[in-house]
Amino acid sequence: MNNDDLKTKSGFGTVSRRSALKMGVGLAAVSAIGMPTILRAQEGPIRIGHLTPMTGFLGTLGQWAVEGIQMAAEEINAAGGIKGRMLEVSSEDSINPESAATKAQRLLERDKVDFLMGEISSASALAISEVATRNKKLFMALGPRSDVLRGDRCSPYMFCTDIPNTVMVNAVGSALKRDGMVDGKKFFTITSDYVFGHDLLAAAKNFLSANGGELIGDELVATDVTDFSAFILKIRQARPDVVCLNLAGNQVTNFVKQYAEFGLPFPTVGFNLNTADAWAAGVGNLAGTWPTVWYDTLQTPGSQAFVKAFQTKYGKTPENHAWIEYIALKIAAQAMTETGGANTADMVSYFESGAKFDILKDRPAYFRAADHQLIQEAYPFAVKPSGSYSDVHDMMQLGAAVPGPNEPLEAIYPSTDMATCKA
Amino acid sequence: MEYVFLLEQVVNGLVQGGYYLLIALGLSLIFSVGGIVNLSHGAFYALGAYFSVTLVNMFGFGPAVIMSPILVAFLGIAFERFILRRFYREDPILSLLVTFGLAMVAEQAIRMIWGAAPLSAVLPQWVKGSVIVGDFLFSKYRLLMLLVVTLILTGLWFLMHRTSFGRVVRAGIEQPDMVAALGIRLQPYMTAVVMLGVGLAALGGALFAPITMVHPAMGAEIITIAFVVVVIGGLGSFWGVIVAALLVGVLRGVTVHFLPAASEASMYVLMLLVLLLRPRGLLGEAIQKFER
Repeated sequence: MNNDDLKTKSGFGTVSRRSALKMGVGLAAVSAIGMPTILRAQEGPIRIGHLTPMTGFLGTLGQWAVEGIQMAAEEINAAGGIKGRMLEVSSEDSINPESAATKAQRLLERDKVDFLMGEISSASALAISEVATRNKKLFMALGPRSDVLRGDRCSPYMFCTDIPNTVMVNAVGSALKRDGMVDGKKFFTITSDYVFGHDLLAAAKNFLSANGGELIGDELVATDVTDFSAFILKIRQARPDVVCLNLAGNQVTNFVKQYAEFGLPFPTVGFNLNTADAWAAGVGNLAGTWPTVWYDTLQTPGSQAFVKAFQTKYGKTPENHAWIEYIALKIAAQAMTETGGANTADMVSYFESGAKFDILKDRPAYFRAADHQLIQEAYPFAVKPSGSYSDVHDMMQLGAAVPGPNEPLEAIYPSTDMATCKA
Repeated sequence: MEYVFLLEQVVNGLVQGGYYLLIALGLSLIFSVGGIVNLSHGAFYALGAYFSVTLVNMFGFGPAVIMSPILVAFLGIAFERFILRRFYREDPILSLLVTFGLAMVAEQAIRMIWGAAPLSAVLPQWVKGSVIVGDFLFSKYRLLMLLVVTLILTGLWFLMHRTSFGRVVRAGIEQPDMVAALGIRLQPYMTAVVMLGVGLAALGGALFAPITMVHPAMGAEIITIAFVVVVIGGLGSFWGVIVAALLVGVLRGVTVHFLPAASEASMYVLMLLVLLLRPRGLLGEAIQKFER
């Protein structure tokens, strides 16, 4: 028995040394014919690096993002891909700005992806944008909403598909003005303490001062805060007319639940909300007027077909991040089909040409060359009165699109004369 | 008026500290008896929340809050019997690793069973709203939770100091070998302690579910605060954990009053100071088996 063991061992050793030799030969052979392999890669699949937060305070939104982009990829591939080339979307958890940048670099260098897409956090998007710019590769920022991404910190390689903070403030603001809730009213803001929140607060302040609203208090809240009771007490102490929320991700749900728990009388409005956070708040907790980029009750044939397909595939109603990732990959696919590949320079100039994209809304969207923002309609929505609905998916009443059908789409966007982007 | 506002934050902080206790006490108990730093404690908190949200639809709010911790406590038996038991006498780094891994497994399991999207959980109507006592505003629900926590603390104190069960557990913390020499097997006691510990965490989860976001990573959110509380209070000290939880709650409230952006950082600064001045924590005692 022992002898057998020894034999096997020594035998293994010889074989292993031999196979090492063979491997060496094999490797040499591969490198010799390596050139044609690389050339052929141009005809292989198109690889897209997809980064999105799947953990942390935006983590619950990331799952929707992955589901949306995967569904679009499957549809595009089932229809024959981009001129016969299949799309390969590899999704990774971006976690935070530091690891987002590391992973972006790795996707470009090691995995040789053709370009980058994704992200929800504005802070992580800034980090990825720096990597993409350094590598001269396209980065489509899908979910982030900070104005700075379209302003001071814009990049010739970054394109933003979600509506920016200024648009969200304008969408809700017009509804608030209509209801007489701005002029002469005292506002108290609660703001998420990172680039997105600061940016949204600045947009909100501009809106309030332009429309006669008075800001009597503003609080910055760290992104990992889960208990808002101390802040709710401060709101009560200040006795504002309107409580205005510039929060993000889990913060929205936590605040809304606890605000309903305390039952304070001051109405809330929010300048940022994702429908998943609203659904998570539960029946009877959410109130007020909010902005959205898309909602599943939007009555266009395209949107309703998308909702139906998503429900069939995943067994649940799509959230706005599922929608934006879905249409964004379709936008990218249109650009790739038109330009004949996934070349960054070609795609950038195609986007800048003002090409129109069907994004399942009434009016088609286009990228504005000056700041790389996808110009599209936005919507305010109001929460139905408590007791008039029994399911979270039925609690929101979508308002009419802003701008209205007769106004130019750019009316609610920051004007490019003022834009600080020099892309 | 200013001091009333401040006082209101102090009182709210005390109430808040009460909830941290539910998580921190179990953590401290499991460490004192088994010498195991249970990094998966947050997972039991999350499970408590998920079970209660699932059970609310079938049985209503009250029964769900009671049943969920009981179910989780039974999971605790398996956790102790098949995992923790192997590590009592091993290098603590091993139990740290295995419980850390278990926390990730649990989070992913929740994602697979209930989905990544957060669940919606709401308070029953009768407990919504707040009451005003003097100049202070209290949420009704938080007062109710405070009552529950006080009852639990009293019960736990009785259990540990007035019953034979408690005597054996306390002796087991100080002198496990002596307890063994007296012919008492500590194993079943350890199972009971783990059941108690994870059950308390689950109760915390069940009670928190209506006022916080119920999502797969919620365990990771709470575990840091719980650890900070245990470290400040002193590992293994019943009163230390209570004092530390209240202290952290008050400190956060006061920081929100003066310097809101620093409210999350304040407890870490406190922990740093305590560790510099009293490395065993405020009321931590020198437990022989951990002093090496």
